[in-house]
Amino acid sequence: MDLSQLLFTGVAQGCIYGLIALGFVLIYKATEMVNFAQGDLMMIGAFVAFTLIAGLGLPYWLGLLGAVLVLAAAGYLLDVVLLRPLSGQPAFAVVILTISLGFVLRAVAGVVWGHNPVSFATPFSGKLLTVGPAMIAQENVAIIFGTLLLCGLLYLFFRHTRVGVAMQAVAQNQLAAYYMGIPVKRLSSTIWAISAAVAAVAGVLMAPVALIEPQMGFLGIKAFAAAVIGGFGSLPGALLGGLIVGLGEQFAGAWLGQGFKEATAYLLMLTVLVMRPGGLLAQVRRKKV
Amino acid sequence: MGEPLLSVRNIETYYGPVMAIRGVSLDVHPGSIVTILGGNGAGKTTILKTISGAIDPQKGSVRFLGREISRRDPDWVARQGIAHVPEGREVFPFLTVRENLALGAYCRRDRTGIRHDLELVYEYFPMLRERADQQAAYLSGGQQQMLAIGRALMARPQLMLLDEPSLGLAPRLVREIFAIIVRLNREQGVSMLLVEQNARMGLQAGQYGYVLEVGRIVMEDTCERLLQSEDVREFYLGIKDRGIRGQRRWKRRKTWR
Ligand SMILES: Nc1ncnc2c1ncn2[C@@H]1O[C@H](COP(=O)(O)OP(=O)(O)OP(=O)(O)O)[C@@H](O)[C@H]1O
Ligand SMILES: [Mg+2]
Repeated sequence: MDLSQLLFTGVAQGCIYGLIALGFVLIYKATEMVNFAQGDLMMIGAFVAFTLIAGLGLPYWLGLLGAVLVLAAAGYLLDVVLLRPLSGQPAFAVVILTISLGFVLRAVAGVVWGHNPVSFATPFSGKLLTVGPAMIAQENVAIIFGTLLLCGLLYLFFRHTRVGVAMQAVAQNQLAAYYMGIPVKRLSSTIWAISAAVAAVAGVLMAPVALIEPQMGFLGIKAFAAAVIGGFGSLPGALLGGLIVGLGEQFAGAWLGQGFKEATAYLLMLTVLVMRPGGLLAQVRRKKV
Repeated sequence: MGEPLLSVRNIETYYGPVMAIRGVSLDVHPGSIVTILGGNGAGKTTILKTISGAIDPQKGSVRFLGREISRRDPDWVARQGIAHVPEGREVFPFLTVRENLALGAYCRRDRTGIRHDLELVYEYFPMLRERADQQAAYLSGGQQQMLAIGRALMARPQLMLLDEPSLGLAPRLVREIFAIIVRLNREQGVSMLLVEQNARMGLQAGQYGYVLEVGRIVMEDTCERLLQSEDVREFYLGIKDRGIRGQRRWKRRKTWR
């Protein structure tokens, strides 16, 4: 692979990591919980899209929309049914719960969709785009554009809508948000819905470059590393961390060998943790008396 | 006096096995400022949190406008017309002053009313207008206190719960903030339940007062009379009255013990 191809593949893969990392960070900021099933939600999102597109024959865009809506509803319900009863329990309980949730989702996917990898056709599959001297796979372009678009939408939502700003308030000071009459519980569930929906988009975007199978969610662990690299609590940091891991993997794979590729995310995470424990873009909390 | 706006009856509140509030009753009448005095750990914050629903009482009732409000979520209580200005300001640090104020009005839909009240807040606290686009984290402690009060005012509450607004502020700033609290009460008709360690400021601002010790109310009266009371003068204002015959009253006991 030449350099520009490495670059593009890395950025595209990094976008996927970044989107899942975004889900980790969103939930963590709003509720101080870490959802280790984030990658498995992505897997379910991809399978739902597979059923809608390959199974029911819906057009790609409707399939994408359907997967997003199904996952958003699932995320909301997960919070209401599983997480909310745990509020006030030690963080450990939540970690165990979401890790187990991941197991359950993988098992359920195996039963419903089987363990053989599947795929569905997308408008981008197998096409090449020529940019100057470089040939770029169109699915990678779609991933990058999709990610940019989604991040732009999220940015506008959190910055400029009443509910979005209220979600920031919940993340910054939950009790004070309650005192403003902000429906904190409902907004926290909505954050779960958004995170699951973002995971679904990641799953659908990734479908053409990876096969859909129940274990694909394990990639969430690398996305977790990306979130830590970015500073677990910073949304731009999550994306940056994703890009660093995605690019790092490609270059390590090309220059150092496949063995290094798989370890890159964790080596980068360790390096960042040692050099800059707060992550690259940690938001510094200043509190005055 | 007519129906109280807020009436708290025999609440008992626990932190795990620790009983922090041991059967407290109090009333706030419409249009009044009621002060609760108490030292560190007396349970002042716990009373306010129980009223606003941040903690549920084990026993007792809290009625607001004749309606039971205890054991509900704090956002629901806030929507009934109670604005809590918490101890230590608790502003949203990474949001701008303007966004903080807008969040105070989160539950309101009357746009013109909200715009009008924003102007009102800026009139009471001109400093907030100057810093409207700054992050709240970069305000000083006193400025954050003003923001917290302004933010609460944006909800157009009928009752404001103020938890130690004087905490950590210089005397001049304390006087300034109390003057505004009294003005808000007179001019905007907001009733206030004020919790203070600064007994002089608290009693001067209020009409009726309660003295709280280890989770119990040990004294209640008009603020005027509390200011005159020997116990309050000695233990909360630090004024030592000499006995009539001039002897020093050694090891004086609080009369309520
Ligand atoms: N989160 C908590 N967990 C356990 N005990 C608590 C907690 N918060 C307060 N307490 C206890 O409850 C009692 C009342 O506390 P509270 O915060 O209401 O006091 P306060 O009158 O507001 O004091 P201060 O003037 O220092 O703010 C204290 O004895 C305190 O130790
Ligand atoms: Mg207190």
